[in-house]
Amino acid sequence: MIIKNVVCPFCGSLCDDLTVEVEGNEIKNVDNTCKLGYNKIVGYSHGRIEAPLIRDKEGLKEISYDKAIDEAAKILCNARRPLMYGWSSTTCEAIEKGIELAIKIGSLIDQTATVCHGPTTLGIQEEGKPSCTLGEVKNRADLVIYWGCNPFHAHPRHMGRYSTFTKGYFTNKGRKDRKIIVVDVRESDTSKVADIFLKIEPGSDYKIINALTSIIIGNGDILPEEIGGISKDRLEYIAGEMVNANFGIVFFGLGVTMTGVKDKNIGSLSRLVKELNRNTKFSLMPMRGHYNVSGAGNVFTWLTGFPYAIDLSRGYAYYNPGETTANDVLARKEVDAILVVASDPVAHFVNPSIRRLAEIPLIAIEPYTSATTELADLIIPVAISGIEADGTAYRMDEIPIRVKKFIDSKFKSDLEILTDIINRIDRYE
Amino acid sequence: MNELIIKNGIVFDPLNNIKDEKKDICIRDGKIVDDVKNPKILDVNGLLVFPGGVDGHSHIAGAKVNSGRLIRPEDGRRSLKPKTSITMPSSGYSVKNVFSEGYDYSIMGYTTVVEPAMPPLSAIHTHEELRDIPMLDKLSLTLFGFNWFVMGYVSRGEIDKLAAYVAWMLKRTRGYGIKIVNPGGGENWKWGKNVDSLDDQVIHFGVTPREILNDLMKVNEILDLPHPIHVHTNKLGQPGNYNITVDTMKLASGFETQRGREPLHITHVMFSSYGGENWKTFDSKADEIAREVNSNKFITVDVGQLMFGDTTTMTADGYLEFNLQKLTGFKWSNSDTELETGGGVTPVIYSPTVPVNVIQWAIGLEAALLINDPYQVWLTTDHPNGAPLTRYPEIISLLMSKEKREKEILQVNNAVNKRAILPSLDREYEWNEIAIITRAAQANSYQLRDKGHLGIGADADVTIFDIKPNEIDPSKDYDKVEKAFSAAKYTIKGGEIVVKDGQIVKVVSGKTYWTNAEFDEYYELIEDDLKDWFANYYTVNLDNYGVNDVYLTNPCMIRTNPTIGSRVRLA
Repeated sequence: MIIKNVVCPFCGSLCDDLTVEVEGNEIKNVDNTCKLGYNKIVGYSHGRIEAPLIRDKEGLKEISYDKAIDEAAKILCNARRPLMYGWSSTTCEAIEKGIELAIKIGSLIDQTATVCHGPTTLGIQEEGKPSCTLGEVKNRADLVIYWGCNPFHAHPRHMGRYSTFTKGYFTNKGRKDRKIIVVDVRESDTSKVADIFLKIEPGSDYKIINALTSIIIGNGDILPEEIGGISKDRLEYIAGEMVNANFGIVFFGLGVTMTGVKDKNIGSLSRLVKELNRNTKFSLMPMRGHYNVSGAGNVFTWLTGFPYAIDLSRGYAYYNPGETTANDVLARKEVDAILVVASDPVAHFVNPSIRRLAEIPLIAIEPYTSATTELADLIIPVAISGIEADGTAYRMDEIPIRVKKFIDSKFKSDLEILTDIINRIDRYE
Repeated sequence: MNELIIKNGIVFDPLNNIKDEKKDICIRDGKIVDDVKNPKILDVNGLLVFPGGVDGHSHIAGAKVNSGRLIRPEDGRRSLKPKTSITMPSSGYSVKNVFSEGYDYSIMGYTTVVEPAMPPLSAIHTHEELRDIPMLDKLSLTLFGFNWFVMGYVSRGEIDKLAAYVAWMLKRTRGYGIKIVNPGGGENWKWGKNVDSLDDQVIHFGVTPREILNDLMKVNEILDLPHPIHVHTNKLGQPGNYNITVDTMKLASGFETQRGREPLHITHVMFSSYGGENWKTFDSKADEIAREVNSNKFITVDVGQLMFGDTTTMTADGYLEFNLQKLTGFKWSNSDTELETGGGVTPVIYSPTVPVNVIQWAIGLEAALLINDPYQVWLTTDHPNGAPLTRYPEIISLLMSKEKREKEILQVNNAVNKRAILPSLDREYEWNEIAIITRAAQANSYQLRDKGHLGIGADADVTIFDIKPNEIDPSKDYDKVEKAFSAAKYTIKGGEIVVKDGQIVKVVSGKTYWTNAEFDEYYELIEDDLKDWFANYYTVNLDNYGVNDVYLTNPCMIRTNPTIGSRVRLA
């Protein structure tokens, strides 16, 4: 059976034009996909955790699903300061259920933006987010800037589908109608296709963004001759390109959010875009990584009022990044149990946090072996959203698309598992 | 059988011409009935009884609202309330979380609310939030004002295709009606520009705002949609815009409709009633607007009242938000949506010492006081643009009391005496008129036949306020009025008591209404265009576009009777 217009559950590009060939209950082939998406979909059945596992003195041991739900409910109910973490690679429906559980038990809850585009959120909370959908870029953008990101490898179809090579209504010559600028600290495969490559000194993003703003608002005379390894002349030229574009966009990645002054980079980038809009049309867009990290932020926000790093122990949502962010509560050894859904914190968190993760009961709802499952005390295997379970996901430009289920699974979905845990807790209460 | 009788209330039910009458109301299984056998008795001895409140224009769900929440954690922290044994945690003052929206409306006695700006491409988002809002029945209006398909069909004069497209879109987005924001101008903003008159051209598309409005008004009639076209005028928020507002209103003049409803609704008219040439010469033209409304029975308006304080502005009119941000210097978000619409969000502080804000405040009240027929003017704050929804009780007390207004006028900048006419207005709203502008007019305009009244067969949505209308004088006891409207004695939703003494006592989930205007072969008319444009210009596949009933709580489809030549409603 050929299934068309399948949505790829890998990166924030959320391409929705895949063709999947399914025979029986097996995936034979996937078309229209990049390597990342192909491997995730075609390889979905390799290395799965086959049954719920619990750790005792001798190691991991199989238990029944029912017993696993029971154990999970016990761990969460007995914890004084539980944390629920992950969410970026599952559906919005599951995330909603997760927040319901967090409210119920008075848990901390955080999502992967905390180690990714969290600073983008903070920058946006200072200056706002002048943005647009990817189709606006496709149809209009004559200047595209990739700053601190490498879509060629991280979002492989982004440039082809949305931002560089694609043809749109007012850009019917595709690549020829667009000027591409890459700003990065090193050459990349993305910079190789750019018209202009600005190789800047590491950590100098903030200076360069503000220098461009100064030039654009007419205060360029105060600038030194060289900023962050780039000459003032060259920056004036770039500023001119920005002002003279009819429709410009800056895509930015972790090279901006996680270096130097982090959220201040993003705040100043937003201010630069704001100033540019006095002269022309300009937008910015974070290159979100996981396919539904944008959805996690959205669901958190409409249910609690805040996008991440939320403490529900007081009965209301207390949000204070730096205090309630997952790494901070772990490193301070506050957290005494954790539920991980659809992510791998052990592979991404800082060392003091991982030490704490090793000390406390760790429940992982996870389809594959990962660094996190290596430390887990209870593992509940799960159907893979976007392949074995359907639901809603948000693209990097906040456009919701329903991901499909095209394979039957013997495992329950994140949504079903979380629902079972909530029901089990209800029974205890 | 679930029966309830509300005894001895003083009932105001304008749609059934019941005014100040001591009357029992019988309820069975969620509906108003003529008698009951073995009911639970609620004796409300002399208290004020209204139908459940209907807010016809309030931004409560979707991408814009969430963008407001996201950029404003400082607002989120303003009204934090912990969960209770039945309610979820609340947050937010102007941009509330979904739970707080439902609870706060319900506590004030509202039972039905319209989200007035749904971008089609993110319609799922709007419906996900609507689904999560408790306590209320919900509707949403789909944005069409500068959609490429719409402008294309208008420019080629293909009215049949335009009708087919609107019908298709309403179904795909589960929308209730046509919303038009800054017709044509929004497309120009995508190049950083705007339109200045009804006859300005939209860049590249060669159509004018006048043509877009006229054709969508015709389509609204062809499709037999229940609600008028719902228009946010061009140049909204700019000094001197009252002219274009009056011009827009005149488009509807003489346009008869089969349903007997008005063909055109001008929303949050306060923001469109500005005089002067710039912010320095800014003054109120509410009198000009009211004169047009009073002489033109083909339009309705809602107020969009501004109240002093901090709030968050949000609209599909991105140009407006950008300009507002230039004045305030505050943070600003924009979201242009491919082929369809746009939007912006920025916080604002309306100050009683700032002349412009004071005149804006006066304009809204003037419009409400100068428009004679209360069915033509609904009470809104354009939540949260003019003020958060929780400010309604204060506005009601201002409308009911000249003394209260005089007291307020003394507190605000003197510009109110020079460049507004509010101080000279003596009218005071009566209870019945308040029931109209907060309930009956809006239910009428949306043609929600089971809402906004207490006749036999209506939904049993009832509000009982803790005030005895025959024992107080609202023009003197305005504080009591405000207090009573802030916290209902009882809110009854679908026959169940959900609020008692201003507290939520039961959490319910409401219905979601949408309009199905499909007619014979409508899809064939536009199929090629859809396939072509989706393949070439959208970034989402046609197959993956739109909403299905999974996202709706208790979906409630309204069928219409479209007629296009020989084509009629799809069986």
